[in-house]
Amino acid sequence: MRIGTARSSYRHDESLFDSRTQHAWLAVLAVALLGFPFFADEYWLYLACLVAINIASTTGLNILTGYTGLVSLGQAAFMGIGAYTVAALEQKLGTPVLLNLLAGGFVAMLGGLVVGLPSLRVKGLYLAIATIAASVVLHFVFANWHSVTGGHAGITVAPAEILGVSFDTSFRLYWLFVPITALMVLGAANLFRTRIGRAFIAIRDRDISAEVLGIPLLRYKLLSFGLSSFYAGVAGGMWAYFFRVVTPESFPLIMSIFFLAAVIVGGMGTILGAILGAVFMTMVPEALKLIVGWLPLSADATLILSPVRTIVFGALIVGFLVFEPLGLQEIWRRIRRFFHLWPFRA
Amino acid sequence: MDFDWLFLTEIVFAGLGAGGLYALTGLAFVMIYKATRVVNLAIGEMLMIGAYLCFGLATAMNLPMWLAILVAVIGSGMAGALLERVAIRPMLGESPISVFMVTVGLASILVGVVELIWTSEPRRLPEFMPSAPVMIGEAFVPPKVFYGFLVAATLIAVALAVFRFWRGGVALRATASDQQAAYSMGINVPRVFSLSWTVAAMIAAIAGVIVGAVGGISSTMGVFGLSVLVVVIVGGLDSVLGALVAGLLIGVVESLAGGFLGGEYKLLATFMILIVVLLVRPYGLFGTHEIERL
Repeated sequence: MRIGTARSSYRHDESLFDSRTQHAWLAVLAVALLGFPFFADEYWLYLACLVAINIASTTGLNILTGYTGLVSLGQAAFMGIGAYTVAALEQKLGTPVLLNLLAGGFVAMLGGLVVGLPSLRVKGLYLAIATIAASVVLHFVFANWHSVTGGHAGITVAPAEILGVSFDTSFRLYWLFVPITALMVLGAANLFRTRIGRAFIAIRDRDISAEVLGIPLLRYKLLSFGLSSFYAGVAGGMWAYFFRVVTPESFPLIMSIFFLAAVIVGGMGTILGAILGAVFMTMVPEALKLIVGWLPLSADATLILSPVRTIVFGALIVGFLVFEPLGLQEIWRRIRRFFHLWPFRA
Repeated sequence: MDFDWLFLTEIVFAGLGAGGLYALTGLAFVMIYKATRVVNLAIGEMLMIGAYLCFGLATAMNLPMWLAILVAVIGSGMAGALLERVAIRPMLGESPISVFMVTVGLASILVGVVELIWTSEPRRLPEFMPSAPVMIGEAFVPPKVFYGFLVAATLIAVALAVFRFWRGGVALRATASDQQAAYSMGINVPRVFSLSWTVAAMIAAIAGVIVGAVGGISSTMGVFGLSVLVVVIVGGLDSVLGALVAGLLIGVVESLAGGFLGGEYKLLATFMILIVVLLVRPYGLFGTHEIERL
């Protein structure tokens, strides 16, 4: 808490953003987000859309792993459910885009509830492995349920269309994805001011104690799974509209690991952490591409790019867990604290 | 009803062969888990490192195969000790999930290193096993699978004997059953940690060389680790017996699913078993049921 924000009413104390400074910075952020697409080129818009999708999914996983303490390695598979739902609806029925995205979220949520069922019996790593099992099973379904998923060839998705406007460029998709992601992040931030969110945190800290205090474990753990996979489903839906083709190989296990890594690198159990983590993990490969491009190497620069990426990805996970377990969010907090009193005290 | 019994027997034998390797790798996994309580997702990649070291020594340095294997095993052991010291030891006392994620990161690093040095192209290990066909009864067993199983079974027996009678093995088992008590009885627990990772990496390297000899090596052979994960979960994370039984079981089931239903059903079948076991016996077939106290 910063100096000079004496709270004089309960409303103020409960509010999500409680200081003038915060309001001012939020306004700056909003203006920046609105202005960004007019100054950025196609490449940066592409990245921005990708980041928005990843933030949505990472925030979902953060609800489950960061706040409820249930590790899942199935986030990508749930995104797959969302993506396939959207693709199939778009292809077979041609229903409106926003409805498709919602449907993707809800179908993924159902999947999440089923996968979450063992969570009452098994915990920790056993649960993580059970979610790997779920993603293997889902991959099999994606690859073999030909009538709906189109088998290994997958489904090609038509560009999203709202009120006659076709969302076929990154510039246009930006206006679709960023508001949705912002809404979802805001929803998650508000969730942890409610009874449900608090119950999640209680379960994370000690589930048996939480049960003793009157939190029905099964219901809340399932709810957490459901919410998290809803986020994944919507993110997957956006993914389908973004890449416009959905195949069983689009959502591999490494993608689930990517999201878990983003949660860890960003900082588990904080809203800002999920955002920072998703941005960081999406940008690092791009930054690497730049660096490898600069290096005075011969033609095999692209050849070493992929292994270097893999190494850096792993090193980031290990490095953050060993040296900064609270993640980027903690680094950010330290920087902010430094500037609170800055010219007057170092 | 002309069911092809010969086909079935051959598939079961092939499955047992693969199962022996699962059991061997599962043993390495359980050893690490028992001593350090680390769920090591990088076990498949440690296998891969062993196989690639052997490949590199045998082809680039032209060592004879037996020497290459020996050096690769020792090198893997040193790599295992290094990984433990650099990445796992600092995580002492952290939540098991963080440590698990560290091993996930390690797996990624190892894959990257292998791709950087040897590229992601699949390679073949030089032949070193007898290639005369082996017949058990009427069933034909691929010689590599047969000798692989023999090596695995021998190694498992040796490892079990070592842990029963050798001083270090006793220290390891003492640490596994009660870390603090072991510490206060004068057992150097950090050294036991090192030891368990070293030995596990060496066992994994041998398994890797055999797996590589049977199916070729590539930077994606770490997927083998996924099946091993299923094996140890089904058997119970902290049970050596469980790893052995579940290893053979998963091997046979995988082989049956592959033989009768098709290759894409292999992974599905093993993970179905995993789900069923988790639902019926959450701590595996032979695992210790942990009791939580507040």
